[in-house]
Amino acid sequence: MEIKEKQDTEIASSTPANGNANIGIVRYGAGNIFSLTSALDRLDVSYGMIHTEADFEQYDRYIIPGVGHAGAAMNKLEQTGLVPTIKALQKPTLGICVGMQLMTAYSQEGDADLLNIFPNKTLKFKDSDAYKVPHTGWNQVYQEKENLLFTGIPNGAHFYYVHSYYIEYSDAYTLASTDYSLKYSASIWYNNFYGVQFHPEKSGAYGETLLKNFSNL
Amino acid sequence: MLAKRIIPCLDVKDGRTVKGVNFVDLRDAGDPVELAWNYSQQGADELVFLDITATHEKRKTLVELVKAVARQINIPFTIGGGINEIADADALLNAGADKISINSAAVRNPALIDELAKAFGVQFVIVAVDTRHVSNTNIVHLNGGRIATDKETLSWIKEAESRGAGEILLTSMDHDGTKAGFDNHFLKVVNDAVHIPVIASGGAGNMQHFVDVFEQTNVDAALAASVFHYGEILIPDLKNKLKENHIEVRI
Repeated sequence: MEIKEKQDTEIASSTPANGNANIGIVRYGAGNIFSLTSALDRLDVSYGMIHTEADFEQYDRYIIPGVGHAGAAMNKLEQTGLVPTIKALQKPTLGICVGMQLMTAYSQEGDADLLNIFPNKTLKFKDSDAYKVPHTGWNQVYQEKENLLFTGIPNGAHFYYVHSYYIEYSDAYTLASTDYSLKYSASIWYNNFYGVQFHPEKSGAYGETLLKNFSNL
Repeated sequence: MLAKRIIPCLDVKDGRTVKGVNFVDLRDAGDPVELAWNYSQQGADELVFLDITATHEKRKTLVELVKAVARQINIPFTIGGGINEIADADALLNAGADKISINSAAVRNPALIDELAKAFGVQFVIVAVDTRHVSNTNIVHLNGGRIATDKETLSWIKEAESRGAGEILLTSMDHDGTKAGFDNHFLKVVNDAVHIPVIASGGAGNMQHFVDVFEQTNVDAALAASVFHYGEILIPDLKNKLKENHIEVRI
């Protein structure tokens, strides 16, 4: 039993104790990040919030979170004025869930043009008797390529998903795949850009391993 | 494959767990956070906290509890009880809850489902339904099965789905507490009639009951309280039993 007593840090910056990875979380008004920051706290990974272009310099890697409607999230992100900076980032950058979808070219959700870091499309699952939508629960993630992001995570490990839209599978960009009525991108990777459709902050020990791996990239 | 989920349910009152718990290694069996952490380590796929706090003043305790849980637990969790308006749900979401569950508030004001789904997304909204068999019909009940409504259960569930419920938590009050197994017949009827996940609840007494409910109804998840709290079923044993029966689980 090793529950840590911790003060309520809310979404304030956590001070790096020993100079380990420092993650900047892009804040643009799309969704709650308490679970994400709690996971980083548990992992002793330091982080802070990015609201302006100048904030990016303070961090050595970035997370783009996101829940909800992709089109609406893109509108909010555009309003921050951070889009050109995000597209030009050179440091490791991880999009989670809708944050990952934003990195694709287009989403059917809101018929929206997105960041186009990845040329892939975000499409809606077809509803059927056998495959309920939203895709909710723990599903298996199969690694299609070798990458440090999945170090220590068995092939086929379960991760927690809640989503109605998916990123199409592509040989060029799919880092890991999941099957749910079809094979789609559980994770994507291009240069310094990474995305995961599942919620690592809610995916048990392997989810925490993935976040730790990202902090060590 | 998408795994079938095993969900322990914790009753909470004024920030403390209510039902007895006899895990030997707990420091404080009344501490919901410690209990939740223990379940997550055992391999529970998700947790439901049902708040039965009577007074409005003590609701703030719940938000603090949700934050404490979110800080410590690395699996999804749902909060049910006492959610009557958007503001209640908003506070819980901001505190780190993954989903909220509404029951009688939805029956009294079905439009609440639409409002919550619009505000937070369908994946955030579980509609919990307590059903009882009354003269050949399944009728929605309130207050732990004591008060009958005028709603027929299946039509209410379909209405909830069309209004924006992301999941249905169906408790058979006829089976609840009997330890004689889930209401597989009706659960199959409901599961076949909707396109959103269904969580079975009420009647779990042994591991075979979980095998039966998944094999016979194909529901997405099964929830139980006392068999887990009293250590009658250990989640790792249950997962192994399900796996032996070729039911997909996360181990």
